[in-house]
Amino acid sequence: MSSGFTREQVAAVAALANLRLEVSELDLFARQLGDILAYAAEVQQIDTTGVPPTATVVTRHAADRDDEVRPSLDRETAIAAAPDPAVDAGFFKVPRVI
Amino acid sequence: MDSPQVVADIREAVRSRARSATDVCRDALARVAALNPALNAFNTVVTDRAIARAEAIDRDPDRWRDAPLAGVPVAIKDNLCTRGVRTTASSRMLEHYSPPYDATTVARLESAGAIVIGKTNCDEFAMGSSNENSAFGPVRNPWALDRIPGGTSGGSAAAVAARIIPLALGSDTGGSIRQPSAMCGVVGLKPTYGRVSRYGLIAHASSLDQVGPIATRVRDAAVALGVIAGGDGADATTASEAVPDYGSALTGNVRGTRIGVPRRLLEQGVDPDVARAFFAALDVLASRGATLTDVELPHARYAIPVYYLVSTAEASSNLARYDGVRYGFRAKGSREDGPARAARADGDEASLQAMYGRTRACGFGPEVKRRIMLGTYVLSAGYYDAYYLKAQQVRTLILRDYEQAFDCERGVDAIAMPTSPVPAFKIGERVDDPLQMYLADVFTVSANLTGLPAISVPCGFSAGTLPIGLQLTGRRFDEPSLLRLADAYERDTEWWKQQPPIA
Repeated sequence: MSSGFTREQVAAVAALANLRLEVSELDLFARQLGDILAYAAEVQQIDTTGVPPTATVVTRHAADRDDEVRPSLDRETAIAAAPDPAVDAGFFKVPRVI
Repeated sequence: MDSPQVVADIREAVRSRARSATDVCRDALARVAALNPALNAFNTVVTDRAIARAEAIDRDPDRWRDAPLAGVPVAIKDNLCTRGVRTTASSRMLEHYSPPYDATTVARLESAGAIVIGKTNCDEFAMGSSNENSAFGPVRNPWALDRIPGGTSGGSAAAVAARIIPLALGSDTGGSIRQPSAMCGVVGLKPTYGRVSRYGLIAHASSLDQVGPIATRVRDAAVALGVIAGGDGADATTASEAVPDYGSALTGNVRGTRIGVPRRLLEQGVDPDVARAFFAALDVLASRGATLTDVELPHARYAIPVYYLVSTAEASSNLARYDGVRYGFRAKGSREDGPARAARADGDEASLQAMYGRTRACGFGPEVKRRIMLGTYVLSAGYYDAYYLKAQQVRTLILRDYEQAFDCERGVDAIAMPTSPVPAFKIGERVDDPLQMYLADVFTVSANLTGLPAISVPCGFSAGTLPIGLQLTGRRFDEPSLLRLADAYERDTEWWKQQPPIA
């Protein structure tokens, strides 16, 4: 896999991740991601027939509670940390979408 | 400017009014001012806030008489939210972010009387093994300023090692409390997954992250764990198990305790000084009556690739939230603010989509981008089964190895390994080779994949000056056994008393 990544493949992954990369970064990541995945390939040799995946090791939960309204951040506070808040209107402002 | 004492001494001095909390706090702040220029261990120091809180404790001694950390100055890793105090995760993305709430662990420390004096430097979003990935420069190891302190909680470990504060919080996703603790010669504990609330911890990999204490000695880590542990309605993954009195576990009696040693796993890649110190530490525990026995963890050698597939997948998802909309950094509108548009079109330069791409390009550092890319790839259509699902299945096999070692007939009570296969390396030595950097985590990541508790205690020095750590991993929620073993070891050794020259 170490030579398996092209600049175009890296760019396609970057687009999925909303990361705009420099051309130099595309080349660097093509090499480094290839190296890391080549190393990870040994995992694929292991027989995992019938082995369930582990996504979490949580055993018992403490947090189950009644679904009731509780105090939380007020809207003004929640919006205040935004780069472009419209506190009075209660919105986050963003560039136009279309 | 005296070095602060251990937690119990400070608390007793404050309670008996031999010293005021304000005086203790001013000392700690003076030590930050004196030592931080060399160490770069703090991103933010909160002088006025800390003194105000210390004065409040001095004004109302009755209220704080039974508080376990009354007047104890502490430092908080900069990926734990502190209300009204800048919390950056050592990233440009959050350089000016001031959270509107406290992490549960921070709130619990303060309720116990601790005085937060500052936020400690770490690898960006807690991704790294050396603390070189901080947007605010590397932390330096107090034992050798040209070397790394370990990562990612490098600032917390360095600050405790330099005796700026006796206690700090770190977070541990793949060894980020234990490995810097080992490399700085202090005690670091990663609790069982679910033992401590993650509410207010800036998420890296949610099935692996856990908050824990870093201290100069085991007893202090036990006190801190007792304060921060327990269920939390704000974190659905916290466990309902009762929180024991960890201090009462420190009996010194480890007779009959069975310690497993995965000798085959240790055959390769361990520095000779580390191996010598490790086996000498086992002899100390054996001379106290612990029994050593060989264990097999046949899948543990796959822990590194499994960890980097699972953790990057989770990270790519968690870090999708940094989009320049709700908080943190947003790149400005012109294309000069970011890299030129790459091969894939993301709309015109003024669009929302282009803002996302520029913001994330400018706000994240190289290691964070690398992991987002890797995680996005292993989750993408066509590769999910081969990488992410496969890694989760091997995670199950690693978990079964540990269960077998602990739960079989004549199973062990703890498994011992060196914390890090090598002592602290030189700053810059591994930055160009991410895979080599990842291999430094070989003995620590399994505890995160399995959710088991693990502690690192100082067990010697390499080349006379570079600390080495002994790691003990225990059964789920059996922190008492780990603390008892670690404390027993500490009673028979002097390593924990050693202070770096800079202190």
